[in-house]
Amino acid sequence: MSVIQRRGAPPENSPGASALSDGHLPAGSGDAAIRIADVTKVYGRGPGAVHAIDRLSLTVGCGEFVCLVGASGCGKSTLLSIVAGLDTPTAGQVDTAGRRVAIMFQEPALFPWLTARRNVELALRARRVPKQERTRRALELLETVHLGDFADKRPHELSGGMRQRVAMARALAQDADVLLMDEPFGALDAMTRDLLHDEIERICSERALSVLFVTHNVREAARLGDRVVVLSSRPGRVIEEYDVPRTGPRRIDSASVAELAGRVTDRLREEMRRHG
Amino acid sequence: MASTQTSGAQTPVTAEVSAQPSAIAGLDSLELGPARPSAEPGRLARKAWQATWPKLLAIAIVLGAWELFYLSNFHGDSAIGLVKGPGTGLANLWDQMQHAQLWQAIGTTVQTAVAGYLLAMIIGSIIGAIVSRIPPLRAATGSIISGLQTMPSIAWFPFAIILFGLNTSAILFVMVLGAAPSIANGLITGVDYTPPLLLRAGRTMGLSGIALYRHLILPASLPAYVAGLKQGWAFAWRSLMAGELLVIIIGHLSLGILLNNAQDNQDLTSAISIMIVILVIGIVVDAIFSKTDRTVRRRRGLLTDAQSI
Repeated sequence: MSVIQRRGAPPENSPGASALSDGHLPAGSGDAAIRIADVTKVYGRGPGAVHAIDRLSLTVGCGEFVCLVGASGCGKSTLLSIVAGLDTPTAGQVDTAGRRVAIMFQEPALFPWLTARRNVELALRARRVPKQERTRRALELLETVHLGDFADKRPHELSGGMRQRVAMARALAQDADVLLMDEPFGALDAMTRDLLHDEIERICSERALSVLFVTHNVREAARLGDRVVVLSSRPGRVIEEYDVPRTGPRRIDSASVAELAGRVTDRLREEMRRHG
Repeated sequence: MASTQTSGAQTPVTAEVSAQPSAIAGLDSLELGPARPSAEPGRLARKAWQATWPKLLAIAIVLGAWELFYLSNFHGDSAIGLVKGPGTGLANLWDQMQHAQLWQAIGTTVQTAVAGYLLAMIIGSIIGAIVSRIPPLRAATGSIISGLQTMPSIAWFPFAIILFGLNTSAILFVMVLGAAPSIANGLITGVDYTPPLLLRAGRTMGLSGIALYRHLILPASLPAYVAGLKQGWAFAWRSLMAGELLVIIIGHLSLGILLNNAQDNQDLTSAISIMIVILVIGIVVDAIFSKTDRTVRRRRGLLTDAQSI
């Protein structure tokens, strides 16, 4: 119960398995961290039913950083909730092969009555880390996000960016292999966001985390992703994927980032025109 | 608990400490606000004065009104000799404070107050916890609880006296009926308004069952629960005073009895003295609750500095 584990049925049992649009990893490859197969999510029933996601298939490799972009209402957040086990798909499977999954939201969602350190400690406690170890581990994690000096502050005494850093430390405390992020920097100013991009890139590569990062900011996706996946508007499905060659350090204003962002934006515009 | 272990934990990550400033760079750092002014000389005295002068002024206004009422001779001839000025009144209070009788009465009343309130707190909290857990029960009993709150507690006394007779049980019964709904309601409101986002965060962390209650739902509902406890105290104290005036127990000395005796003896000055005692106890307890309430809210950033004086 304490760790969210999703195990999918064997592919031959899934209806319409042939529609798997997964061209990135050979079938049966063992190094997929998240395998989303033909996931459909319908809210309500009858004529008023809303198709949030329609037969969406996507694979995130181990240690891969995948960014999901799409117009609002493409079911991005719904998809993350399903992968995190907070929601169940109407059809299809999600398989994380027993990996631990942590999720970060746009809001830091810290517990306001606990200090930064205690917030992180609570995540350790939920994982049954022994009491003597919790304080040390929590402080280490806060050091990792450069908040060692702020361990005893309560969330309301921290700035928005610092709160999101604490949320990051808390997600790391869950010792997850898979990190899901739902527009985590959406509410921050551009400078703070830039700093946090560097931070998240460093932490994810240090810890070899597999990341599924949802954003509506195309540049952010081009800056961070190993792969950028474009979703269609409601119902959400994958319409285009862009591989990002790892050529060296990127910045939000790098030419390669701008170029990719341009291509992704064009594709999104085209999609929006089609939907009116 | 942390301070002793901090130094040990920092040793392996010294290299990163140099990067520390980056954590608070960006426009974001403007959000941090100025550091709280630490104990500068005179600040404590100023704060104490700021907290005291409204209370001193309030006492002065009350005494002034009393003196004016006395001097105006508004009461006419019928009650002449009964109404005394604040000087005589306070002298009477001082005189009563020299006698064991008043302290014995205060002791009895406070004892009943504590017993009744604790009983209401236990019963209210249990009902609140059960009702908030079970949605159908929540839907059904929500209106009963708010209905009970609108019922003046004094209206319960005939019922309680018939049921229990003229004794302390009747008073306790009415106190519980008056206070428990507020306390239960506070807890239920708190649980109802636990932010859904925090619940999602808690669940992904792996909190469930009792741990989810202990670490998330109960702390999240604390401000509403404290507000319920405070309101419950007000109801309990009123019920107790009504009870002591209505339920006269022979050989039992309480503030209500003293008030009743003053009425029987047409002793207006003594009645005022007892009323002052009742008022002071009420104010002191209320101040304790307000302080708790403010502390809880300040710790969560629900209170601005201006409000927290």
